[in-house]
Amino acid sequence: MKTEEKILEVKNLKKYFPAGRGKVVKAVDDISFDIYKGETFGLVGESGSGKSTAGRTIIRLYDATDGEVLFKGKNVHAKLSKSEQLKFNRQMQMIFQDPSSSLNPRMTVMDIIAEGLDVHHLVKNEKERKKRVEELLEAVGLNKEHASRFPHEFSGGQRQRIGIARALAVEPELIICDEPISALDVSIQAQVVNLLKRLQKERGLTYLFIAHDLSMVKYISDRIGVMHLGHMVELADSDELYKNPIHPYTKSLLSAVPLPDPNYERNRIRQVYDPSQLDTSEQPQFREIRPRHWVRCTTKEFEKYKRELEGK
Amino acid sequence: MSKLLEVKDLQISFNTYGGEVQAVRGVSFDLNKGETLAIVGESGSGKSVTTSAIMGLLPKSNTQIKNGEILYKGKDILKFSEKEMQKIRGKEISMVFQDPMSSLNPTMKVGNQIAEGLIKHRGLSKAEAKEKAIELLRKVGIPKPELRVKQYPHQFSGGMRQRVVIAIALACNPEIIIADEPTTALDVTIQAQILELMKEMQKDTGCSIIFITHDLGVVANVADRVAVMYAGKIVEVGTVDDIFYNPKHPYTWGLLGSMPTLDDNESEELYTIPGTPPDLTNPPKGDAFAPRNKYALEIDTMYEPPMFKVSDTHYAATWLLHENAPKVELPDAIKKRIDSFLTKQQGGNKQ
Repeated sequence: MKTEEKILEVKNLKKYFPAGRGKVVKAVDDISFDIYKGETFGLVGESGSGKSTAGRTIIRLYDATDGEVLFKGKNVHAKLSKSEQLKFNRQMQMIFQDPSSSLNPRMTVMDIIAEGLDVHHLVKNEKERKKRVEELLEAVGLNKEHASRFPHEFSGGQRQRIGIARALAVEPELIICDEPISALDVSIQAQVVNLLKRLQKERGLTYLFIAHDLSMVKYISDRIGVMHLGHMVELADSDELYKNPIHPYTKSLLSAVPLPDPNYERNRIRQVYDPSQLDTSEQPQFREIRPRHWVRCTTKEFEKYKRELEGK
Repeated sequence: MSKLLEVKDLQISFNTYGGEVQAVRGVSFDLNKGETLAIVGESGSGKSVTTSAIMGLLPKSNTQIKNGEILYKGKDILKFSEKEMQKIRGKEISMVFQDPMSSLNPTMKVGNQIAEGLIKHRGLSKAEAKEKAIELLRKVGIPKPELRVKQYPHQFSGGMRQRVVIAIALACNPEIIIADEPTTALDVTIQAQILELMKEMQKDTGCSIIFITHDLGVVANVADRVAVMYAGKIVEVGTVDDIFYNPKHPYTWGLLGSMPTLDDNESEELYTIPGTPPDLTNPPKGDAFAPRNKYALEIDTMYEPPMFKVSDTHYAATWLLHENAPKVELPDAIKKRIDSFLTKQQGGNKQ
């Protein structure tokens, strides 16, 4: 399903928050990446790295401080007319982390899922609306009897499925999944991930998958971007990133992931990230070190990393 | 190895408006001196309730301890009065909680929170306790402990706060530390540091640890033995190698299969457990896991399986291990994964 057609281009995106007394928090500080149609792009990082802010800014839940977001070549952060805005909202949807606070407790599942259908006038009458919702419920592995219930009557995994059905209702092309599984139990996580993968195959969806669980991100993503303190420090195909991590932060992050293999765990050597080891002679830039493998580094580091890669 | 703690057929219920919730339905396990026992399970499997019972922290108003005993050094602590319990809690058995944001008192200086137990249990003077607090902070890897001891919890980051909580737990040299999801709220790199710290502390003091978690990667890292809980029961128990390389219970298969490893092939679907855990106000008859188990036998819907012995260290509660049961092989996806782990290990040994 992967293509070379760019569906989303993020260019020098910045999001600063005022922190009082004239200070600013640079939550997202100049990140650029592209997402191709049909792929899953994983965005990983620890808390405070700006990964969620990036996702929320892309979908315009926040107004960007600077930079551009092009969706199919069109800048969606420019001033849009109402109809253009509506069209954009339909093309990009979001699934949130916490399935209990992202569903309105006073609406039935039917109304939650159909809200997008109503806003965009996608159904002509009540009968069609009901049919659509039932189809969607079935697509995410729930039954149509669930439509008349309220969110509190469901378990966490089921609620997340409702969130997915809501996002699917308007037939978007890109879905931003902001930590969609981290609030769920292990066995339920796997169910939801399998569901997301199946829906992607059936509907040709593109995902921006934001998470901190590296093994899950590796499993679901085609390409991965690693964020640290508002910067994108490394970006590569997921296999490449796990085999040849270059940036010291990526290395330390990967070496910290515990795996369900006791022998591996007994011998695991953790690498500690020490920012003082980085070259500070100039402002680091995002450079392509190998085809499709980008690292944030200075010119000196660029040469060093290149030799490191060739040595392998 | 001597047994420090024995839990025997523990049954705990809660009275709620919705009826009686049977949170723990007959749990038995031992804890040996100096070992780490990991209790793994999903939310609602009863792992936290079990350990709260050991600490005597369950609310009296709606809890019924229906059966069982918890023997600490041969004495049943369920029969202890609150006063007797206070002598043990914090001194002999201490606890590290999940959320370091809420388990510290925000209005008390960190040093005083550490000193509290020392003054109460060990009879140290204030000055002595403060000195000891500084020493403890240094031990858990907090830089500049002389300054930090006078600060409040909000001045610490999440990982540092968890270090403080561990320092409090260690203060009185307890025999047992119960760690209830101590790293779940932390980032992976911080998690790795905290796990290393706990292992180091265990080596130093020789204490036993009960480690509650749902993350199998963490279990593989810290545990000597593992107990897998489901719907208020232990379904499989064994050494860490038994559980990860020779799992026998279908629920354990599901748990192992649902976690991707870093070198998994993405085109494969994850092995999942269908459905959701049962409602414990009305637990199903027979094996509680049967409705989600594709290997369930007819007998599973009628009788609960007893613990079958696999080896001296390894037990599992599934009828599949009965001599009359049909032979069921490990699911392919999981077999392949274990094989890849083991071959990697051999390859590693050769180098």
